[in-house]
Amino acid sequence: MFEIFGIPAAALFGQLLLGLINGSFYALLSLGLAVIFGLLNIINFTHGAQYMMGAFVAWMLLTYLGVDYWWALILVPVIVGATGIVVERLMISRLYHLDHLYGLLLTFGLALIIQGLFRNQYGVSGLPYSIPDALQGGTNLGFMFLPNYRAWVVVASVVVCFGTWFLIEKTRLGAYLRAATENPKMVGAFGINVPRLITLTYGFGVGLAALAGVLAAPIYSVNPNMGADLIIVVFAVVVIGGMGSIMGAILTGFGLGIVEGLTRVFYAEASAVVIFVIMALVLLIKPAGLFGRVA
Amino acid sequence: MTDQTLMDTVETPSAGRPTPLGIPRLHLAICAALVAFFIIGPFFLYPVFLMKVMCFVLFACAFNLLLGYGGLLSFGHAAFFGSASYVSAHAAKAWGLTPELSILLGTGSAALLGLVIGALAIRRQGIYFAMVTLAFAQMVYFVSLQAPFTGGEDGIQAVPRNMLFGLIDISSDNALYAFVFVIVFACLFLIYRIIHSPFGQVLKAIRENEARSVSLGYRVNRYKLAVFVMSTTLAGTAGATKALVFQLASLTDVHWAMSGEVVLMALLGGMHTVFGPIVGAAIIVTMQNYFATFGAWVTVLQGTIFVVAVLLFREGIVGVLGKWLKKPL
Repeated sequence: MFEIFGIPAAALFGQLLLGLINGSFYALLSLGLAVIFGLLNIINFTHGAQYMMGAFVAWMLLTYLGVDYWWALILVPVIVGATGIVVERLMISRLYHLDHLYGLLLTFGLALIIQGLFRNQYGVSGLPYSIPDALQGGTNLGFMFLPNYRAWVVVASVVVCFGTWFLIEKTRLGAYLRAATENPKMVGAFGINVPRLITLTYGFGVGLAALAGVLAAPIYSVNPNMGADLIIVVFAVVVIGGMGSIMGAILTGFGLGIVEGLTRVFYAEASAVVIFVIMALVLLIKPAGLFGRVA
Repeated sequence: MTDQTLMDTVETPSAGRPTPLGIPRLHLAICAALVAFFIIGPFFLYPVFLMKVMCFVLFACAFNLLLGYGGLLSFGHAAFFGSASYVSAHAAKAWGLTPELSILLGTGSAALLGLVIGALAIRRQGIYFAMVTLAFAQMVYFVSLQAPFTGGEDGIQAVPRNMLFGLIDISSDNALYAFVFVIVFACLFLIYRIIHSPFGQVLKAIRENEARSVSLGYRVNRYKLAVFVMSTTLAGTAGATKALVFQLASLTDVHWAMSGEVVLMALLGGMHTVFGPIVGAAIIVTMQNYFATFGAWVTVLQGTIFVVAVLLFREGIVGVLGKWLKKPL
């Protein structure tokens, strides 16, 4: 086995892979936050809870109804996205005329409710969700052992991220969306139903979070607290990237995952805080974020 | 905060007959009632509970100095509350410092931390400011989890109540109560004076219209940083005192849930009022005390209060009361 900088290559690539997987979740979640922020101008604090709901709904579908992983990949984002649409219609839509901070407070309260309910029902020990049969086992790449499921997570999230990018940047629907971000009144005057666009956008962002939850279920145990700590890191990722660009959110997410993985190899104690340190540096050097536009 | 409709409860010292210290009579009456309540309180209620209420009252008021008057929503105030709590607990336990010195040390460390985090956080506005403070607070949480002196998951337990000034024994709950009472009310008075000082008026101007304040020649960022540090310093005093009362500093104090709780206290009581956070803190602490056995339902209840407060009464309890009385509270 060869070594790189005195580190066994297997350990290095292992941590890189782990970083890439974390990066996949950062990218998917910060992408959802950026899409929602772009049109609704609120930070969706419920995002972590909705990611957790994604994992739980996948687990429920399997346990109570026998619906397998592949169907869950499709059904869960739709189900959780629909709950998001209900929440947007009933509550968030009442706050658009107010200071954006109220949206933050409301979604924080919703996150507390959702997490509390799931903690009451399922405890905090976590529930197992097994890897689907087709993705069991792994592949030996010569320099490292690659578990198939983890490779799938990275590939799937790359595909979803770039699919979203394509949808927003290259299609007609995306053009409406971007136009409504710039000037909702004008877009409304052209006969496009902006409130419905906003509702669907929120549902889509929530669906992305739920999809990330399904992808995460077999890797991490399905746990009511799984979203709470993750979402704070994702907030830091969003501050570093700036929410101005979709591609920026994707690249920052993957990049920071890899940086975190590398930190775990070279100085493990700092791996929990490295993203926050980077955030401090970015605030010092480029306060608007790496891809952000100055507001 | 730039929303004009919410600002109508902002008080200005009312004109008319001069009052002692320039404080309106209504405010004087409320202060007197508060002092009386906390003096008579220990005869009827458990003193440790009342001390907890007082610590959180101070924490909420310190926080609201930043939110209600500076217009800056920090989602990471647990970092200052908790780190001060750790520092004072460590100073009292490991170094055997007297209570007033350990509280001062805790307060000082919160001020220093506030200066560093504040200087970075004020580079972003609005929602980003909230996210940045939350992220830095999470960093403080991870450091508290791993640092050698914080005791990890166990926290710092059995913090001794040393002799006050090296002379006075405050090991009994009643003696400690008097000490905590003096600290908290002195700090509350300080916050009241800050809000109603010329400095406080400039803060309100910045909150209402930052661009105009800049054009009037105020160095807005210096004001923001100053109020941020004041707020974190006083939050630190609250945390350090809390460590002495419970003889414990733990990860709960630095967790994001604590940051959320203090936001809730200010929101529930009324963020643009002087007395709102006091009411909010008292309600939330009482609620936690009596529903402690219901486990995660407390979280659900807190979340529900958040949602209801944001949707239905954004002025908060005291804000609504003030509107009803047509007097700024």
